[in-house]
Amino acid sequence: MQAPLLQIDGISKAFPGVQALKAVRFDVYPGQILALIGENGAGKSTLMKILNGVYQPDDGQLVWEGQPVTIHSPHEAQMLGISMIHQELALIPYLDAGKNIYLGREPRGRLPGTIDWRRLYADAEAQLARIGLRIDPRAAVNTLPIAQQQMVEVAKALSLNAKLIIMDEPTSSLTDRETELLFAQMRALRDAGVAVIFISHRLDEVFTICDRVVVLRDGALVGDQPISALDHDQVIRLMVGREVHTRFEPRPRREGSEPVMRVQHLSRGSVLRDISFDLYPGEILGIAGLVGAGRTELVRAIFGADPATHGQVWIGGRWVRFSHPDQAIRNNIGLVPEDRKGQGLFLSMTVATNIIMTLLWRLATLGLIRWEKATQMATEYRQRLDIRTPSVHQRVGRLSGGNQQKVVIAKWLTRKPRVLILDEPTRGIDVGAKAEIHNLMRELTDAGIGVIMISSELPEILGVSDRILVMRGGQLVGEFDPRTATQDQIIRAATGAAEVVNEL
Amino acid sequence: MNALTTTLKPTQLRGLARLLPTLLRRGTVFLVLVGLGIFFASRTERFFVGDNLVNILAQNAAIVVVATGMTLVMLQGGIDLSVGSVAALAGAISAGLIVRDKWPVELGIVAGLAVGLTVGTVNGSLVVFGKLPPFVATLASMTAVRGLVLVYTAGRPISGMGESYTFWGRGFIGPLPASVIVAAVVVMIALFILTRTRFGLHLYAIGGGEETSRLAGVPVGRVKIQAYAVSGLLAALGGILLTARLFSAQPQLGVGLELDAIAASVLGGVSLFGGLGNAFSPVFGALLVGTLRNGLGLLQVPSYPQQIIQGVVLVSAVAVDMLAKRLERRK
Repeated sequence: MQAPLLQIDGISKAFPGVQALKAVRFDVYPGQILALIGENGAGKSTLMKILNGVYQPDDGQLVWEGQPVTIHSPHEAQMLGISMIHQELALIPYLDAGKNIYLGREPRGRLPGTIDWRRLYADAEAQLARIGLRIDPRAAVNTLPIAQQQMVEVAKALSLNAKLIIMDEPTSSLTDRETELLFAQMRALRDAGVAVIFISHRLDEVFTICDRVVVLRDGALVGDQPISALDHDQVIRLMVGREVHTRFEPRPRREGSEPVMRVQHLSRGSVLRDISFDLYPGEILGIAGLVGAGRTELVRAIFGADPATHGQVWIGGRWVRFSHPDQAIRNNIGLVPEDRKGQGLFLSMTVATNIIMTLLWRLATLGLIRWEKATQMATEYRQRLDIRTPSVHQRVGRLSGGNQQKVVIAKWLTRKPRVLILDEPTRGIDVGAKAEIHNLMRELTDAGIGVIMISSELPEILGVSDRILVMRGGQLVGEFDPRTATQDQIIRAATGAAEVVNEL
Repeated sequence: MNALTTTLKPTQLRGLARLLPTLLRRGTVFLVLVGLGIFFASRTERFFVGDNLVNILAQNAAIVVVATGMTLVMLQGGIDLSVGSVAALAGAISAGLIVRDKWPVELGIVAGLAVGLTVGTVNGSLVVFGKLPPFVATLASMTAVRGLVLVYTAGRPISGMGESYTFWGRGFIGPLPASVIVAAVVVMIALFILTRTRFGLHLYAIGGGEETSRLAGVPVGRVKIQAYAVSGLLAALGGILLTARLFSAQPQLGVGLELDAIAASVLGGVSLFGGLGNAFSPVFGALLVGTLRNGLGLLQVPSYPQQIIQGVVLVSAVAVDMLAKRLERRK
């Protein structure tokens, strides 16, 4: 075994009220892709911030290439050879690739204060070519696809002679194809002797790309093993410290039941083309497809957020086409949007306000909101959905992703929905909370609600749905039974790799 | 085509090709400007006359200078509401030192500029060290500085600075007004800063992503303070040009100037949220407003309805520009 590049030696860190890290100890080796996993709050980001010089450890030390080091700032970390690629891209959108790569370290021109642009772009081109990215270094990065933007970040890290690259959820906004490209680059980096720390909530990715896995739980190291020594369920058990069911048994449709909602010939311009399907009470209908396949557009059209141009929806005993979400809401449809923070919640308002938001009219007398009634109601839902918050008067922005999502769901439950549509309901939510959201969806269907779930994660689609629809290019291209379907079949349908045989 | 390829080196050609989309994108405001020019020229013979065109430039030279400083501040994501008050203070102090204290004109002007630089530095420090939102910090200094002007002048104009001072507002260098030459030099320097220097790149970078810039090792605090300092300096320069043009330092000079400067920058394509714009933005924006004002004046549109027309044209210009951008993106 080679000498470790970085030794994390008994690092502890406390914040007021929380022991974020408890004597964490593991080594990072060159030429190895290390997965760092754990639930939200397990201490991953605190540890990464210590490596990046944002925080100082209370106890323990970092040993870099055999030398104890203290890192005071991200800049110092970079100088040392540690680069961080953040979950949210850390590029300046309007600037071009070359400027982004050399920002803060521009080659100096002849006059004082000036920049040698010619050299900057020549160097940038060379850096980009090194990772096989053939783009114009003068192209503004916001005109590039997300995956290429991420590559620009990798090029930036390499231009800093990074020996350790930390990637924090780099795939969260990538399509499957783009993820493949990123993985190819990660392997190339590994083969060139770079150490990579890969942080992801997507376990299938961890198993695909990583050599070793380090698991944190409640600030303590609970696992450090070669990936080959573990299976999926073992990793999850390490992360959450208990058994979690990742799969439900799909349930056959109840005999003779009437659809709760029917969609017929729904179209909107070239985005949605002639979509028809039925949704039955008590079923979870999974909608799979690539990013851009029209899944979000479909549910927004049903909900009246971006009204359909043709086609109809049957709900509550009549045919309609909603032109405003308000109409859908009055027909007992709820939409939990993909962009939780932007479209699902009022982050600066309290849990209680968020929950009663769609019910204000009923909680008001002469236009005045009866807050004690509202609080009582919010408290009920907090208990029912097990929303973990010190109080319903807490600001929603302070809650974890999983609890925020529960607040969004609670908001719709107050309206007694017949149909609840969830768009990527567990994106960015950790494994434990994810299972809770899934259980909640199951409970809702037990009560007879029809649930539509859009997900880009195939294990989720296969593990949670009772029936699966696949979309591509604004059309429905396949229907599958999760008991018999495989990931491969769904990917083929979603990418159009092969003709699809309807299974039902 | 052949002539082109032989006279231009390939690198120059590529440079031209890169410039073209930018010109087209900025083109909408430019086209509105040309359209206005043609309209006014067709309606009144007095518009498209050398004297009048020079007059438009002279009337707007100070706004271009002030708006250039505003553009630098806005590029890095801030705003400077104090420029009108700073212009008045610089005018008053330079005039006061020259008239009351018998300072040499050059020294009086330098003192006025130094005052602007100082206020700008204070603004920047409030934003960077005091962590105040730029809107609040410069709103406060706008009020406080206006108070300083009123105290210093006791609310009365100061005049009698002499010809070597008023030259900068009324004099000519060759065929062009001195103030226009000053504005042109300022724009050229801004162009150099924004396209060639680290400071310029860092302004764009901070406006596009402050935290990202910090992580990349950009000295964010220093660059911000410098931007406000330059804005203060240029506001002072604009104030001195205006004072020279009016032959006297007016205590109410530059009331509303900050809005003219912001309007000029935004019309020229500077984003209110930072990161977008260039050195020519304030020029196009200021000339658009200036041309409109001048033409309406020549057409003898009374000044009250003039304001309505100005408002409508401003909104239309920006709307057309945004429409063009949306079409471009769809393509």
